[in-house]
Amino acid sequence: MSDWVVKFIFIVVIFALSLFIAMYSTYAERKIAAFLQDRLGPNRAGPFGILQPLADGVKLFFKEEFIPRASDKWLFLMGPGLFICTALMTSAVIPFAPDLMWDGKLISMQATDLNVGILYIFGVVSLGVYGILIGGWASNNKFSLLGAIRAASQNISYELAMGLSIVALIMVTSSLSLKDIVSQQSGWHWNVIYQPLGFLIFIICAFAETNRAPFDLPECETELVGGYHTEYSSMKLGFYLFAEYINMFISSAVLATLYFGGYQFPFISSMDPGIAKTILGAAVMFGKIFFFIFFFMWVRWTLPRFRYDQLMNLGWKILIPLSVINILLTAGFILFKS
Amino acid sequence: MEKLFYILSGLTLISAIMVILSKHPIRSILFLVLTFFLISAHYILLNAQFLALVNIVVYAGAIMVLFLFVVMFLNLNRDIERFKSWLPLAAAVISGSCVFLVFLSAYKSSHQIQIENSGGYQIGLVENLGEVLYRDYLFPMEISSVLFLVAMIGVMLLSRKEKTETVKNLLP
Repeated sequence: MSDWVVKFIFIVVIFALSLFIAMYSTYAERKIAAFLQDRLGPNRAGPFGILQPLADGVKLFFKEEFIPRASDKWLFLMGPGLFICTALMTSAVIPFAPDLMWDGKLISMQATDLNVGILYIFGVVSLGVYGILIGGWASNNKFSLLGAIRAASQNISYELAMGLSIVALIMVTSSLSLKDIVSQQSGWHWNVIYQPLGFLIFIICAFAETNRAPFDLPECETELVGGYHTEYSSMKLGFYLFAEYINMFISSAVLATLYFGGYQFPFISSMDPGIAKTILGAAVMFGKIFFFIFFFMWVRWTLPRFRYDQLMNLGWKILIPLSVINILLTAGFILFKS
Repeated sequence: MEKLFYILSGLTLISAIMVILSKHPIRSILFLVLTFFLISAHYILLNAQFLALVNIVVYAGAIMVLFLFVVMFLNLNRDIERFKSWLPLAAAVISGSCVFLVFLSAYKSSHQIQIENSGGYQIGLVENLGEVLYRDYLFPMEISSVLFLVAMIGVMLLSRKEKTETVKNLLP
């Protein structure tokens, strides 16, 4: 098999896996919410309600396809497509497992090893807001527009702090390639130990960038009906809701890769590069990803939503100065050590 | 490779022209975003991945979102473009053609120089770029960053001053 075929298969597998995980995240979210609120959660479709995501999908497909007459039709259709597209693009640079030794050749478990991988993630994340902005504006609805504008201002504000926390991380790793960053964190040398403050800032910004509670102001039901997707129905609404879960999966993967060593676990260096190592590494990586997905849900069902001014204050007056301090501290440590 | 360059250039020009031809400002902005993407594709063709991604992060990801943001605030109801006086239109056409003439004469009088590339095809990668910026051109780099900082602080100061004034005006 040529390299291209292997790459193609790998990309299709990652694509299918992100969709599958996103699908079952919706189920997990409902079950976890039920657990935290002392309820049972979905339990009708299949054993333990395991077929619930399929039922939800079928329901969304059968809903009426509705396009408001006063909307900008093309942009209205483009919004959800763009949003899910940017959500799926990020996984291209994440190393999901150690290299696989197969027929004397090393096969990389990463779609592409870009030498500016972090910037790629950052770029795609910053594009995510277009889907919301275009969809919200094209709906020609006050609530949608307000939701879209909130989303834009929130994303811009938190991107700054996120970028600054990544700067401190890059100073520690001195590489922009995610493959290098993961291979540097061998065993227990995870970046979270060297960058605890940076990790805290990054995870808060990840919550804001994925529009998850406590930062879900763009779709805040109590004030904005449904936020930017008020006018959407059927599978277009499904795209918006689904992309949120894909985003959650991807940001969990990024968190695990940047700060929690990716597929690294103790004693990994004593293993030979073979199928066992790759499978174990992938299992560890997905374990970390699932933990972060659980953490996202845990926070959502525990903390109440921020008020808009609180959100802006947190972003501009607390997180950005903190991340600048973090950069200075990191620089000081590096200078002191050398 | 050469074919790819021509296809990309054609697409870039088409989307750049669509920026001016679109009737609606929101669509113009979206075409501008597309243009930035295509320019990034040109950078990737030159193996300058860092520049390509920074172009996307800064222009498509931040500045254009701000543009979109402002236009959404301005154009809440879609009124058709009203006819404006001929004077600004004529001024724009004349000054635009002057700039075009300047470019044309500059291009005509310039010699075809073969630029020496000592760094090979990897000159655009982030490691080489960083070395050039932070070793060979450290002083200009620091000066320009100070310039940006001054501009940033200046903007904050100006916007703040305006705000207090309007509040004062509102008070009886």
